[in-house]
Amino acid sequence: MTDKLIIGHREITNRFFTGTGKHSNDSIIPQLVNESGIQVVTVALRRVNLSSPQENILSHIPKECILLPNTSGARNSEEAVRIAKLARACGCGNWIKIEVTKDNKYLLPDNYETAKATEVLVKEGFVVLPYVSPDLMVGKDLENAGAAAVMPLGAPIGTNRGLQTKELLRILIDEINLPIIVDAGIGRPSEAAEAMEMGAAAVLANTAVATASDPVTMAKAFSLAVEAGRKAYLAGLGPVKTQAEASSPLTGFLD
Amino acid sequence: MPVKITVNGEEKKLEREISLLKFLEENNINTGVVVVEYNYDIPDREKWKDIILSDGDRLEILQFVGGG
Repeated sequence: MTDKLIIGHREITNRFFTGTGKHSNDSIIPQLVNESGIQVVTVALRRVNLSSPQENILSHIPKECILLPNTSGARNSEEAVRIAKLARACGCGNWIKIEVTKDNKYLLPDNYETAKATEVLVKEGFVVLPYVSPDLMVGKDLENAGAAAVMPLGAPIGTNRGLQTKELLRILIDEINLPIIVDAGIGRPSEAAEAMEMGAAAVLANTAVATASDPVTMAKAFSLAVEAGRKAYLAGLGPVKTQAEASSPLTGFLD
Repeated sequence: MPVKITVNGEEKKLEREISLLKFLEENNINTGVVVVEYNYDIPDREKWKDIILSDGDRLEILQFVGGG
C-alpha cells in the first residue's frame, strides 16, 4: 500500500516529527533520529551569546533530515516573518513552523497573527506550517493562504497532557484539505496513536521524548505508535456500539 | 575613530572601523553557522567582508538552537 505524505514537494514516510529542545544531552539526537528513521526535525533560532558561544545544534542533526525551524519568540506576524527570513538565510531550506505567542503562561498561539504571517511567507516562497489553536475558521484561512499543513495543538506546549482538544481536532481533520499535524501537548505514544487513528497526517512531539528517561527508546515508541495509528486509520475502525455483539457464534452450544 | 554599534541588543564599542566579517572573526563566532541581520536587512554572507561597520549600526547575530 502506498501511503505517502507529501509536504512542500518532499515525500515523508515517517509521520512522527520531533523537536531538538530540552534534551539534557544533544549528542543523543543523531542516534534518536537514526534509530527511529525520523525525517522532520524542528529547531529554534536565537541570538548568539558573544561571551560564551553555544554549540551548533545542526552538528547533531543528520544531513538527510528536513529541518523545520520555528519562529518561537515572535510576538506578532512581523516578528515571525523576520525570524522566518533569518532562518531561511541559514541555508537549510525553506520550511518554517510559524509560532506566534504572547501568552507566557499557556504559550497559546495567536491565530490571527499566525494567519497574517502565513499569508506573507507563502508569497515569499516558504513551505509554511503554522502552529495554531485548533479552530476551523483559522484552518480555512490558512488553507486559503496556501499553508502546506496546519499544526494544531493537543494541549499547551510541554504539558504532556494529551489530546485535550480532541473534538476540535476532529473537526479540522474533517473539514480542512491540508495535512493536519498534531503538535504540542502529546505526552504518550498512545495519544499519538489516537491522533493518527482520527486521521491526523502526522504528530510532532518534543517534550515527551526529550524528558523521557530514555529519549532514544521513547522516540522509537512514538514512531511505532504513529505508524500503528496510521495503519488503523487506513484500515477503517470498526463501529462503536453500546450493547454487546457476540464475536463467537451463538449456536452450537453444549446442552 | 571609535565606533558604537548595537549587537544583539547590547551596545558595543569598536576601536576602529572594521568589516562585519572581521568583527565576527574577532569575536570567535563560527561564521559558518550564524546568520546576521544588518540594519534589519539580511546581507548575503559573501558580502560580509565588504560591509564596514559604522556608528549606529545594528547587528543581530543568530544561530539555530534546540527547539520544538
